[in-house]
Amino acid sequence: MTTAPDTKTAPAPRAGGNPSPVRSLALRWDTAVGVLLVAVLVVGLGSTEGFGSAENLAFAFNDIAEVAVIALPMTLLVVAGQVDLSVASMLGLGSALTGALWEAGWAFEMIVPVVLLAGVAGGLLNGWLVTKVGLPSLAVTIGTLALYRGLASVALGSDAVTDFPQVYADWAVDTTTVPGTFLTYPVLLFVILAAVTAVVLHATGLGRALFAIGAQEEAAYFAGIRVKRIKLLLFVVTGLFSAFAGVVFTLRYGSARADNGLGFEMLVIASVLLGGVDFDGGKGTLFGAVAGVLLIGLLRNLLTLNDIANEVQVIVTGLLLVASVLTPRVIATVVERRHRRAANAPASPSS
Amino acid sequence: MNQSAPDPVPVLALKGVSKSFGAVRALQDVSLMLLPGEAHALAGENGAGKSTLIKALAGVHRPDGGEVLLDGEPVVFHGPADARDAGIAVIYQEPTLFPDLSVAENIFMGRQPRRSLGRIDRKAVHDTTAALMRRLGVDLAPDRPARGLSIADQQIVEIAKALSFDARVLIMDEPTAALTGSETSRLFSVVRTLRSEGAAVLFISHRLDEIFALCQRVTTLRDGRWISSEPLEGLTEDDLVRRMVGRDLDDLYPKQDAEVGEVALSVHRLTREGVFRDVSFDVRRGEIVALAGLVGAGRTEVAQAVFGVDRADAGEVKVAGTVLRPGSPTAAMDAGLALVPEDRRQRGLVMDMSIERNIGLTGLGEVRRRGLVSRALEHDRAADWAVRLQLKYSRLADTVGVLSGGNQQKVVLAKWLATGPAVLIVDEPTRGIDVGTKAEVHRLLSSLAADGLAVLMISSDLPEVIGMADRVLVMHEGRLVAEIPRGSATEESVMAAATGRSERAAA
Repeated sequence: MTTAPDTKTAPAPRAGGNPSPVRSLALRWDTAVGVLLVAVLVVGLGSTEGFGSAENLAFAFNDIAEVAVIALPMTLLVVAGQVDLSVASMLGLGSALTGALWEAGWAFEMIVPVVLLAGVAGGLLNGWLVTKVGLPSLAVTIGTLALYRGLASVALGSDAVTDFPQVYADWAVDTTTVPGTFLTYPVLLFVILAAVTAVVLHATGLGRALFAIGAQEEAAYFAGIRVKRIKLLLFVVTGLFSAFAGVVFTLRYGSARADNGLGFEMLVIASVLLGGVDFDGGKGTLFGAVAGVLLIGLLRNLLTLNDIANEVQVIVTGLLLVASVLTPRVIATVVERRHRRAANAPASPSS
Repeated sequence: MNQSAPDPVPVLALKGVSKSFGAVRALQDVSLMLLPGEAHALAGENGAGKSTLIKALAGVHRPDGGEVLLDGEPVVFHGPADARDAGIAVIYQEPTLFPDLSVAENIFMGRQPRRSLGRIDRKAVHDTTAALMRRLGVDLAPDRPARGLSIADQQIVEIAKALSFDARVLIMDEPTAALTGSETSRLFSVVRTLRSEGAAVLFISHRLDEIFALCQRVTTLRDGRWISSEPLEGLTEDDLVRRMVGRDLDDLYPKQDAEVGEVALSVHRLTREGVFRDVSFDVRRGEIVALAGLVGAGRTEVAQAVFGVDRADAGEVKVAGTVLRPGSPTAAMDAGLALVPEDRRQRGLVMDMSIERNIGLTGLGEVRRRGLVSRALEHDRAADWAVRLQLKYSRLADTVGVLSGGNQQKVVLAKWLATGPAVLIVDEPTRGIDVGTKAEVHRLLSSLAADGLAVLMISSDLPEVIGMADRVLVMHEGRLVAEIPRGSATEESVMAAATGRSERAAA
């Protein structure tokens, strides 16, 4: 293809040359989700009273803080061609452990490190099964999804622990904001973590390695990238973030229950895929994933404010997910066809 | 030159055919005649227009100008089905069969002979297939499932399918690229049978020796233009290369003499159960050592164990005197090893990634500024090597998938040379690459060795082994059986060792 007569040995940037279709597509999809996000904001502001108030925005964003925090490592996993379905169960386990230990009279300052350690342990188990035993992450984490939720029930039974001191609960609720903003502390935490994750994914060697692993694992391994170690690390970080989200969730609702965050894994994965991260790995941006989370969060808030039933919200989320997976492929097919027609084998890709 | 004699009417011919895609002229005024009973070679570098020409013959592309002649009469193919009905069959490099169907069912897919009530006549399917296989002189059971057939056998099935259509023209697009020596000779004897029955064959291969072994006439294309059509008799490989490349390739194997220094890579009693055992050898600075042997002798596996992507069960690898941690490519890279793998599409490159990022993958620790990846450094590293290797590309941000095979190989080389290795292992460095790029790769390897690099080159291309290596190591069934110095290495001596014939004498 490249031995076309007009190809030079030296770089010959053609003015307005067509960029790589894959990348421009990913870019466009990110942008599309961003635009959609702004559109939802504008429509919401125009149509729904109270939507634009600082209180409501604080509430809306705070309401998806846990999903958003877990979506960060999930984005890294999906880019590397992996997935973790056990995140919501780990959130539940974190919440149940918090409750059980509090009931047992532990100091809150002692509980948090233990819960985080549990998250690390769960992540290690997932990562070990994937990298050492060599099972596909989808299968492994379907198993640990059940396992961790089961352990949560063992830890706390069907009780709810609610007697957390006000000072801790205040930290997480939407009525406490960072002075001068409508950001709650959980959301502020998310913003910081998102910035760090974005740097890791898009500006470090580790991030480059994740894209290579997701696109072509064997080639990454042959390039000296420590594929297994990196995957293990990702699962550990995901477990850690999920358990931490369990603590935040517990404080925000002032209630520790084993079934907290039930089904959140779908919301997390939906957000990431909606943000244009390719489920097959190797493509995506953190900006897209964050836009995906915010879009789902605002949309749900908007639907709630308009008294639309929860069932409908679930349907809307599902449709968005299907659309997000479908649309880029349809566009890719169209682009590819046009591309092929325009530049069909400039000098025939012989062999 | 193409009008040799008042020959029989060509079965299929192109006359002054042109085809453009957008602004790119893929074919310009190209003519070609396929005579019954003749094997005709189509030669040209990657991108010369061979594939477009095949597609024009097979009815995939309709020419913009000129005409296609069938038995001397102009025809227009509206699609591949028209060409097939006219008796033109194309055999591709890697056929696509239905794996769960039998050989016979694959041949008669969609047009099975019927009995009453539309039932498939299994006996007729079976018997006709058996007859086709007899005619081809091939021992392939009609009932065998297609799953598990070698690529060579799959090609035979495709050829049998073509025969069942009464194909008179057989177009073979690099059919031998993935075949072993004995499979290739079987394919050739099948082609000779077809030829003796009066079929016309158009044969495409990068391997010049095959063209000379099989064909009677050759048409050469360069940059989409017709260069020559002539009998192969009286032509030399150099003549053919000159027509393809448009200039003299001063030397396809430009091996310089280099000063041989201290031992850079030392492999001691390396063993992997059931794959290879007790392999020991040294490679010194400035040396090119070839690792020869038949496909399956364990050469690639040795290279992968040396580099650490596979773990050896016993033995050790030393680079510049330090023992490598086994099973760790990262440790091997840190010690100055580099491996250019055989399968560049799966293992050498991330096909969806850009040229610069692929080259950057081996240097993620180097293209950093204050801990973060610097796109500028990444770009510079790639640009530097792209220029040094004369890579043909339009932008470094393009995905490597759009490059030709030869240029993809250059990217893999760039990716590894950028690590500044002390030892370079190259596995089939020129497979599937056109002649011009091949000579460039050889010149590169030679000059790298002259600069003190130790090169271990695995190759199944015997002229390459003989032409490039200072020493030839030969493997046979998982063991190193011979070490032949440059002076006494001939295709015969290497082949003898590779097939195990001179095991004792040479070792």
